[in-house]
Amino acid sequence: MPLTAVLEPGGDLSTLLYVLAFSLFIIGIKQGTSPTTAKRGNLIAAVGMAIAVVTTLLLDGIGNWGVIVAGLLVGGAIGVVASIRVQMTQMPQMVALYNGVGGGAVALIAWSEFRHGAGGDFPLESFIPILLAAVIGSVSFWGSNIAFAKLQDLIPTRPLAVPGQQVINAVLLAAIVVICIVLGINHNDDPSQALFILILVAAALLGNLVVLPIGGADMPVVISLLNALTGLSAAAAGFALDNVALIVAGTIVGSSGTILTMEMATAMNRSVANVLFAGFGGAPAGGGAGDGEERPHVSIGAQDAAIKLAYADSVVIVPGYGLAVAQAQHAIKEVADELEKRGVTVNYAIHPVAGRMPGHMNVLLAEADVPYEQLREMEDINPEMPRTSVAVVVGANDVTNPAAKNDPDSPIAGMPIIEVSEAQEVIVIKRSLSPGFAGIDNDLFYEPNTSMLFADAKAAAAEIAAEIGNL
Amino acid sequence: MDLVTEFTIFVLAAFVGFEVISKVPTTLHTPLMSQTNAIHGIVMLGGLIVAGFADGALELTLAFIAIAFGTINIVGGFLVTDRMLGMFSRKRPKPADDEQGS
Repeated sequence: MPLTAVLEPGGDLSTLLYVLAFSLFIIGIKQGTSPTTAKRGNLIAAVGMAIAVVTTLLLDGIGNWGVIVAGLLVGGAIGVVASIRVQMTQMPQMVALYNGVGGGAVALIAWSEFRHGAGGDFPLESFIPILLAAVIGSVSFWGSNIAFAKLQDLIPTRPLAVPGQQVINAVLLAAIVVICIVLGINHNDDPSQALFILILVAAALLGNLVVLPIGGADMPVVISLLNALTGLSAAAAGFALDNVALIVAGTIVGSSGTILTMEMATAMNRSVANVLFAGFGGAPAGGGAGDGEERPHVSIGAQDAAIKLAYADSVVIVPGYGLAVAQAQHAIKEVADELEKRGVTVNYAIHPVAGRMPGHMNVLLAEADVPYEQLREMEDINPEMPRTSVAVVVGANDVTNPAAKNDPDSPIAGMPIIEVSEAQEVIVIKRSLSPGFAGIDNDLFYEPNTSMLFADAKAAAAEIAAEIGNL
Repeated sequence: MDLVTEFTIFVLAAFVGFEVISKVPTTLHTPLMSQTNAIHGIVMLGGLIVAGFADGALELTLAFIAIAFGTINIVGGFLVTDRMLGMFSRKRPKPADDEQGS
């Protein structure tokens, strides 16, 4: 295809075009960190990607156009349809899925490179990155698929632990390292294809086993970590293929993803290691306050809740994971609209990890047309709590538990919370008194100024909105 | 490009990644993760390159899947991020309710 072979791989022009492309990535990410410029930032990064793709298509040595065009068409069609169809509540699993295909692509590229290089002169400096790309890509692909399946409720979200889990993982990891070394020793005389496939399989098992025991609440941290890993695997593939665009873009995603992961973990008062190896988030963790015996609480109906809200001066809505699951964001917005019609001030208190991943709740409420100004961050709204007439907790649990502040022995001690118990009155909309992900009882439910409204978040909100309208 | 040069680029890029993402408001965590996710769709370039020397049914299939996966990652990632961010800017809210700030 002499017509297309206009750029030399690694030549000046193609390298400069790649530099332009990843500069646009960096500008795009930078703009993505501010709400006013984020949309433009995404567009800039997409332009960078288009430049990188076109540059590569023009490289000398690119061939098998049928395969390329078919791949682009199939992938493009799936990508377009999926991103139009997906609902905002499903965003975490969407990110997990995209992440998985990215990791899968890396593993397959590594396999292809390995087959291509084997038998000839195979320098270690591309051999080692190939192995790294294969391992990380495969772990990332399978780990992300499990994360997707959990978030999509295809498999139970509770931690699924295999006995001797840590030992099995350690053995798998050791096996991968040993096979890599064996392959590395023979790198110049036809390294075994079977051993390479064995690495892919072992890494696949490892990816499955690492993510399976992690509970639903910790999934966001895991997805973010897998995102960073996929970035690194792309960088490794870049080393193998001598492609500077892959190295830079992959590394930037790897390191920025690492930062995001750590920020998320901090917001949940966990360490990343704790998330990965503790299997917390389902086990009752022993000694949770008073299992079994019913503690006294006040239960009310939608009508009572409507009256309390309608005659309040100011209301703070605290949405949580349960609201996302029940898809109650629109119904809650209706309640807020009814209240505002009556002159009640309404705000939303957003905990950093509300929803199914950090920032997810903001997306959901924005989808329901809640004005950006009413979405208040935790540190910002907590000082206003004592002046708030009614705090409405919808599907949130652990992030409102005063034990985090008052009980140094609580498993969630020190976790930043939204201090709803400081408000004059609290209404908790929840299906039951069952504990949240931390597996501990929420003292908030039993405080004298708290009323429990046991119902599905969406149905309850719709009913309250109707009742307020009738007052 | 020799290994040391590539490694230098790798280390510098890592620092750029750390710097560029610090102090992101939580509001933007989800879109930003989705956007960086789209950027690692850059692996698609690797698929294009291996397609060039793919030989035999297995390698052609590997290249095809890698390109398709990478393209899903790129196209889906950027589009979905755009959709999400569009929700933030869709409607500039009414300028009431300002006094509750401070």
